[in-house]
Amino acid sequence: MVQGAMIGRGCERALGILTVIGLVIGLYIAFVYAPADAVQGEVQRLMYLHVPLILISYLAFFVVFVASILYLWRRDRQYDAIAHSSVEIGVLFTALSIAVGSIWGRPTWGVWWTWDARLTTTAILLLMFLGYLMLRALVDDPSRGATFCAVLGIIGFLDIPIIHMSVVWWRTLHQPASMLRPGPSTVALNMQVALYANLVAFGLLYAYLLIKRLQIERAREELLRLQMELLG
Amino acid sequence: MTFARRVLAIAWKDLVAEWRDRESLTAMCFFAFLVLFLFNFALGGDQTLIRGAASGLLWLAFAFTSVLGLARSVQGELANDCLDGLLLYPAEREAIFLGKLCGSFSIILLVELISFPIFAVLYNMDIWSQLPKLLLITIPATLGFATAGTLLSTMTVGLRAREAMLPFLLFPMTIPLILAAVRGTEVVLRREAFELAMPWLKLMAAFDLLFLVGSLLTFELLIEE
Repeated sequence: MVQGAMIGRGCERALGILTVIGLVIGLYIAFVYAPADAVQGEVQRLMYLHVPLILISYLAFFVVFVASILYLWRRDRQYDAIAHSSVEIGVLFTALSIAVGSIWGRPTWGVWWTWDARLTTTAILLLMFLGYLMLRALVDDPSRGATFCAVLGIIGFLDIPIIHMSVVWWRTLHQPASMLRPGPSTVALNMQVALYANLVAFGLLYAYLLIKRLQIERAREELLRLQMELLG
Repeated sequence: MTFARRVLAIAWKDLVAEWRDRESLTAMCFFAFLVLFLFNFALGGDQTLIRGAASGLLWLAFAFTSVLGLARSVQGELANDCLDGLLLYPAEREAIFLGKLCGSFSIILLVELISFPIFAVLYNMDIWSQLPKLLLITIPATLGFATAGTLLSTMTVGLRAREAMLPFLLFPMTIPLILAAVRGTEVVLRREAFELAMPWLKLMAAFDLLFLVGSLLTFELLIEE
């Protein structure tokens, strides 16, 4: 038990160090190594933050979906803790991505915000999961809150394609996806390197934050248990 | 009793209760009227502007009004421990959900039907010749609202901030419905070819299906706790 905890702590520290190294390398490649964009200039470098942040937050919401299903199925508090933590990180990353995108959009598109399809979907996504966090904060009974949020996490996630479809039909202006599309890539090689390096770095950051957040949750439960024990 | 009759019995209970005091119905109708009335001032009385935005305004009014009715439908079960009584009723949980859904759906649809003439008069629209097509848009949209709303208000009903929480959860999720209903109504009111509304109808069908199946699978978990 103690040995396992020590191995776990060692792994966690290794992950933390890897994350820092990854982020430093990623930022170096993004801001120094990669060439400035031919048309947009230096401001295009924000892409190396904007795209990884949003892709990792999609991953985070997918984790929420899977963990929510597992919670409803197995009724293990651990899955609920994963879902809750993942939503918090996902919301943070989505908000950051929107903020960075907004700063990038101002000089490029000339506006801070526009009702383009993907922007709108992302904003709706953010609102939906903010609602998830608010609901959880408001429900007093933790097991009720966990069940409600699991249902919300599953249905909300499945609703995303429908929301996206409706918004795409509504309007579109965003540049089409450059990396996740079939056919040869249109992005210069060292730009791709910068993008992938940051994607990995932010993926590590997500994993590290998730582990830390789960530890806080476990410590909180432990504290609650000790309080109960002491107060009888 | 068969499953369908149990569903109808619960829906009937809600409708009779509503008919006896007509509290939700009056509040919702008056609210819908007020929203439609006030939008005129927001747009400065400019007739072309108002006509262009009419279907959007209509559906915003309906969306706000639906929330009012949906919150009350489940809220009513909390008084005098009605919810416990309802859970003792020898029916599958799915039947209880569908019964509540049918009740809310009927009330919202009724309010919408009452609002149509008000809308036609206030916004100077000829909707009468288009009524069947308009209903083709209205029914799936209302069904989606009622389904998502019944599911979500089951979660928010016991909360302190329920008046704020229900719209906060409901509106982001139902944006596809609002967009589909607005575009569909635009197609109808502008006398465009109805084929243009078809993708939106399919989208609403997908939404309704997702929420119906999702609700039926999870409703039991939400009320058992």
